[in-house]
Amino acid sequence: MKERVAIVGIGVTGFSSVSPSISFKELTYTAAVKAYHEAGLHPKEIDSFITASEDFMEGYSIFDEYVPDQMGAVMRPVQTVTADFIQALGIGCMMINTGRFRTIAVEAHSKASNVKTLNEVKAFALDPVYIRPLKENADFLAGLEMKRFLEETGNTEEQCAEVIVKNKANALNNPYAAHAASLTIDDVLSSPPISLPLKELDAAKPADGAIMIVLASEKEAKALCKKPIWIRGISWFSGQGNPWCRDFAYADYAQLAAQKAFAMAGIANPLKDLDFAEICDEYSYKELQHLESIGIARKGEAGFLTQTGVTKLGGLLPVNVSGGSLGVGHTYEASGGMKVVEAVMQLRHEAGIRQIPNAKTGLVQSWRGVPTATGAIAILSNE
Amino acid sequence: MKIENVPVKGLSSDEYEKTLKISWKPTLQYAWDNGIGIGKYLQSLKEGKILAAYCEKCGRIMLPARAFCEMCFRPTDKYLPVKDTGTVNTFAICHVNWDASRLKPDEPRYIPAVIEIDGASPGQGIMHLLGNVEPAKVRIGMKVKAVWKPADKREGSITDILFFEPY
Repeated sequence: MKERVAIVGIGVTGFSSVSPSISFKELTYTAAVKAYHEAGLHPKEIDSFITASEDFMEGYSIFDEYVPDQMGAVMRPVQTVTADFIQALGIGCMMINTGRFRTIAVEAHSKASNVKTLNEVKAFALDPVYIRPLKENADFLAGLEMKRFLEETGNTEEQCAEVIVKNKANALNNPYAAHAASLTIDDVLSSPPISLPLKELDAAKPADGAIMIVLASEKEAKALCKKPIWIRGISWFSGQGNPWCRDFAYADYAQLAAQKAFAMAGIANPLKDLDFAEICDEYSYKELQHLESIGIARKGEAGFLTQTGVTKLGGLLPVNVSGGSLGVGHTYEASGGMKVVEAVMQLRHEAGIRQIPNAKTGLVQSWRGVPTATGAIAILSNE
Repeated sequence: MKIENVPVKGLSSDEYEKTLKISWKPTLQYAWDNGIGIGKYLQSLKEGKILAAYCEKCGRIMLPARAFCEMCFRPTDKYLPVKDTGTVNTFAICHVNWDASRLKPDEPRYIPAVIEIDGASPGQGIMHLLGNVEPAKVRIGMKVKAVWKPADKREGSITDILFFEPY
């Protein structure tokens, strides 16, 4: 990037399965107030605003019109992007690099509990000609990807179960998490089947919550903030969109985004150069597939690394110390945001009992979920 | 009809019906949490009152009631009922239904309007319907008053007010 961009404020509500006492606007307002307070800025001092949202999840067409109030962005330049939070973050970085913006607020929220036909929304994302007429629950795409991934790489269902046990246990240390649990491998393996090999506990459960972060140019960040967290690399890609011609053994979008983000950040050896990673684990096997696609693990070795404790808190490269989507909750467009917040807390050394000692550089990754092959990666650092 | 037989233009409706198409009827259902601001506003409508919120900083009495002032970006300081009378800011006379189908000549026209409520700050209006008035007689600036549903029929919705009528 021409100009370095930093995160100078984060705001997050907790995550929960339901949130009946607060509207989506009030939820976002709560996160926004915290983020602006941290950044020491009034929203009038923010140059532009971005919300990552998906109309079908909100239940509004042209949702753009419903976001300014709660961000303090009335009569200001606002846009929504139909993408994950990390993609919105990338757009914020590009805007600052134009030289026309000093500060950008980026927001995402989930009110998944308000979508009464969540499975219909998922089905609505499937190709109407080639997939939808089969009338299968959209999770079947994860089932068949998992099957091929395990078959081809030699990773096992037991190793996928290890991911769930680890992430849900990590979430016990995260007061924001909605789905923390102390489970055994057997609990996971005996959970009810969805689309085998995918079982109920393999899929992250939805959660509500909101996230806001404030981005600033290098000059602004140094003036505003004692501990700016630098975005050293950021990228997103769409891979093979048609699920019937994908290479399910690896995630092309993650590999491509990683190559670009690593090049920007000067990461040569991810296992050595990164202190932690927050990886998309919307389904258990996705954490393993993403680790191999990004190049943190060699092909077929992500399960072994998980089983031998390399990716647990205290291991060589802790993965999803936040609890990930499995432990914190699946927050749709806000998924990457939850991971960015965790990374910022780790890099500021403010993560409490789940702090990774001397954390300097971390990776955050998101995926747009079934049926997509779209995902983003950012490399964050405190130096 | 085979695709190679479809004429370049001038498809009759019969022919159109025979072309192969994919159709899908989505079932999309939402139940939005009202939260604090909207929750209080709707509860108050159920009680036959229009509720506003006051921001001490900008001095605005805002409608509908809300938990935070979006201009000052701070929590509102108190909720207060305002009158159920107001002034027509603007209106339209609708000759079509919600689905754009035409009303029959003898059916009454809908008159949606922005009504600036008495007791709220200037420009603080609510969106509602006008009733008991000839469309041709409606004027900007007309004084109107809420006609409420009977108390036992109200359910905490903006339709707890049936419409506004001249008074």
